Amino acid sequence: MQLTGAQALIKSLETEGVEVIFGLPGGAILPVYDPILDSSIRHILVRHEQGAGHAAEGYAQVTGRPGVAMVTSGPGATNIVTPLCNAYMDSTPLVVITGQVATGSIGTDAFQECDTTGITMSATKHNWLVSSADDIPRVIREAFHVATTGRPGPVLVDLPKDVSNSMMEWYWPSEIDLPGYRPPAGGDSASIREAARLISEASRPVIYAGGGVLKSRATAALAKLVEMTGIPVVTTLMARGSFPDNHPRCLGMPGMHGNYTAVTAIQRSDLLIAIGSRFDDRVTGKVAAFAPDAKVIHIDIDPAELGKVRRAEVPIAGDCRLVLEELITVLEETARQASPASRGDNPLAQWHAEIARWQARYPLTYDRQPPDGVLKPQYVVECIRDSVDDDTILVAGVGQHQMWASQYWRFNKPNTWVNSGGLGTMGFAVPAAIGAKVAKPEATVWAIDGDGCFQMTAQELITASAEGIPVKIAILNNAYLGMVRQWQEMFYAERYSEVYLSPDLPDYVRWAEAMGCVGFRVEAPEEVSSVIEKANEIDDRPVVIDFRTDVFEKVYPMVPAGASNDDIIVDPAHGEGGA
Amino acid sequence: MGSATIRHHLLSVLVENKAGVLARVANLFSRRGYNIFSLAVAPTDDERFSRITICVDVESAPLEQVVKQLDKLVNVVEITELDPTEAIEAELMLITLEADRESRSQVIQLVDVFDGRIVDVSPDSLTIMLAGTPSDLDHFEDLVGPYGIAGLQRTGRVALHKLDRSRGRLHTVSGIAASSGKASIK
Ligand SMILES: Cc1ncc(C[n+]2csc(CCOP(=O)(O)OP(=O)(O)O)c2C)c(N)n1
Ligand SMILES: [Mg+2]
Repeated sequence: MQLTGAQALIKSLETEGVEVIFGLPGGAILPVYDPILDSSIRHILVRHEQGAGHAAEGYAQVTGRPGVAMVTSGPGATNIVTPLCNAYMDSTPLVVITGQVATGSIGTDAFQECDTTGITMSATKHNWLVSSADDIPRVIREAFHVATTGRPGPVLVDLPKDVSNSMMEWYWPSEIDLPGYRPPAGGDSASIREAARLISEASRPVIYAGGGVLKSRATAALAKLVEMTGIPVVTTLMARGSFPDNHPRCLGMPGMHGNYTAVTAIQRSDLLIAIGSRFDDRVTGKVAAFAPDAKVIHIDIDPAELGKVRRAEVPIAGDCRLVLEELITVLEETARQASPASRGDNPLAQWHAEIARWQARYPLTYDRQPPDGVLKPQYVVECIRDSVDDDTILVAGVGQHQMWASQYWRFNKPNTWVNSGGLGTMGFAVPAAIGAKVAKPEATVWAIDGDGCFQMTAQELITASAEGIPVKIAILNNAYLGMVRQWQEMFYAERYSEVYLSPDLPDYVRWAEAMGCVGFRVEAPEEVSSVIEKANEIDDRPVVIDFRTDVFEKVYPMVPAGASNDDIIVDPAHGEGGA
Repeated sequence: MGSATIRHHLLSVLVENKAGVLARVANLFSRRGYNIFSLAVAPTDDERFSRITICVDVESAPLEQVVKQLDKLVNVVEITELDPTEAIEAELMLITLEADRESRSQVIQLVDVFDGRIVDVSPDSLTIMLAGTPSDLDHFEDLVGPYGIAGLQRTGRVALHKLDRSRGRLHTVSGIAASSGKASIK
C-alpha cells in the first residue's frame, strides 16, 4: 500500500492506539493535517501550542498512556518547549510531532525554520529528525517505546514537509532495534534481600514514595507492603494519591511545604525507603542535614538517580512495582520462618505513637474564624474537596494555591492529582485540566488555579468551550503572585517588588463568559459551598469561579530554601516549632 | 592540561553512527556541568557504530554520575571506563614552529629526540607531526615554545586498555586504534 509520509504518520499513530491529538496547524505540518480529516483520531484545536503540550501531559498523568501533541515548525515548536521541559522533569510520557521546513531548506534560515531537535535535545528523553518517509513507522514505533518504557518521558519527532509529502510503501515494524536503549526491569535479588533485612531491623522506618510509584503502577504493591510492615508513608508532591490519604499510615506530603509530621518523621527515621523518588531539593532541604540517622534503600528505574543526591546503603535499579513485589515475597518468607514469639505485637508501636503525637501537636491548620470574615483559600479547597467523590481529578497551577491544594485535598485514589512538580510551570492548570477531562470524561475535573497562573493560559478555556470539555476552574484570587509575595514578606523585609496583580483587573467573570464558560464570583465564606454546588451541577460548559481570598495568607509549614528540615517554620498559631 | 596528577578519567563510548550523536553527548556534558579535557571521535570497524574517547575532568562531577547519565542517551551503546593507570593513552599533534637558519638544527634535534616527523618545510618554519602520550606532547610543547609556535593542533587522546599479561589475553576495544582522528576540543 502506497501512502504519503503524512498518511503514514497518521496511520502509525492509529496503530499505536492514539485516540486524541492536541495541536495547532501551520505551514510545515500542513500535509499531516489533511489525513487527520479521515482519521479515527480526535484532534483538539488548542489556542496556543503550550496548551497542547500541557493538555497532553494532563491526559498522560491520569491515564499513564502517552499524550500526543502536534504543532508546526518554528514558533509552533518553540511554544511547546515549556511542556517538554515540564514533562521531562515530571517523567510524563509525551509524543510531540513537529513540522519542519523541507529537508533542502534546513540550515538556510528558511521561513519558520528553527533547530527543533537541537533546542529540545535536553528537554526530551530522545528526539528524531525524520529524513525519509520510509522511516516514519519505525521512528513512531521507537518514539512510543522510548516515551513509555523505563523512566517515562517526552520525545519529539521532527518531520520535514517534503518527507510528509513524499510516498512510501506502508509497513509496521515487528521489532525495535535500539541497541543503546535497555531500561532495567526487575531489581537485583541480593539487594532486595538486603533491603528486606534492613526493613526487619529498623525501628523508625519511613517509606518516601515518589512519582515513580504511580508511573510503574506500584500502588497496590505499596499498599500491601504497608499492610505487612506497618511502615508509615510520605507521598511527595508528585506522588499524592499513590498511597491513600485516609489510611492511618499515610503521613501526607514532605518537603518545603510539607506537614510537620511528614517532614519530621523523615528527619528522625533510621531507615528511609525511597521508592520512585529522587531526593529533590524541595524535599531534602539542606542535603547534609537530611534524615541524618537513616540508612537508605533507594528503588528507582533510572540508575542515574541512585546516588545522585544521597548515597543509598541499598540502591536497587528496577521497576518499582516489580521490585516491591519481590520484596514482599522475601518479607513473607522471612515472616513464615520467624519464631511465633517474634510475631504478634507491633514492633513499630513506639514509632507509631511518636508519630501520632506529632500529628496531634502539629496538624495542618489555618485560621477558621478570621476576625474580619475574610475568605481563607484553604477553606475553599476544603469545601470543593468535601463536595466531590474520590474519583474526582484535581489539577493545580503553581504557587501558594498549589501547595494548599496538595495539603488540604484528600487523595485516596491514584492518578487523581495532576500538577507541575519539577519545573513548577505557571499556567499548567487550565490546559492540563482539559487533557485530564478528555482522558476521563466520566470524572469530575476541578482545577485550583492562581490568579497569576490563570492569566498565562486561560485562553485554552475557549478550546474547552468549543470542544465541549466541561472543566471547573477555581481561581484562588489573592490579587498577587502570592508565592513570590510570601518570599518577599518573609525573606526580603516585606519589600514587595512586582508582585501585585489586582483583584478585578481582569474581570474574571466576564472573561470566563467571553470564553463561553459560566463565571461566578465568591467573596464571602458563606457563599462558597452553594456556588460550588452550582458549579458541580453544570456539565455542559466549563465553569470558572473567582474566589476572592485572603491576600495575606501564607503557606505553612515552610522550610526556607537551603535550610535544614529541622528548622521547619510551623504555622504561627502553633508557637515555636521543633519537637 | 596536566596529566601528571590524575584528575581525569577516560571514557571510551561506543555510539550509534547517526546524525547528531556527537551533539547529544556534548550537550549532555554542558547541560550537567561536566568538564571535558578532550574528546576524539572516529568510526569503528563496524560502520553502524562510532567510538568517542572522552577525557573527563573528574573533579567537575563524580564519574559514576557522568557514566550513568551518558548511558541514558538512547544512541549510546556501551561505555568502557579506562583508569589512566591501566590504559595506554596516545595523542597526535601537528605543530608549526618558527625555525630560521640559526635555530633550525636545534629544532630538528628535538624532533628527533621525540621521534617526531617533519611533514612540511618553508624557509623559516617547520611543521612537525608528533604522536605520543599526552604528557610527551606537553613536554615537547614546553621545550619548543621558546622558538615560537606559529600553529598547533592536537587531536585529543585516544586510549586502549593495557594488555593483561598474566592471562595472555587481549582486552580489545575495537576501533580506537584504527581511528582517523576527527575532532579535537582542547
Ligand atoms: C512560568 C513561570 N513564571 C514564573 C514563576 C515563578 N513563580 C512561582 S509561583 C509564582 C506566583 C504565582 O501566582 P498565582 O498564580 O497568583 O498563585 P499564588 O501563589 O498567588 O497562589 C511565580 C511568579 C513560575 N513558577 N512559572
Ligand atoms: Mg495569586
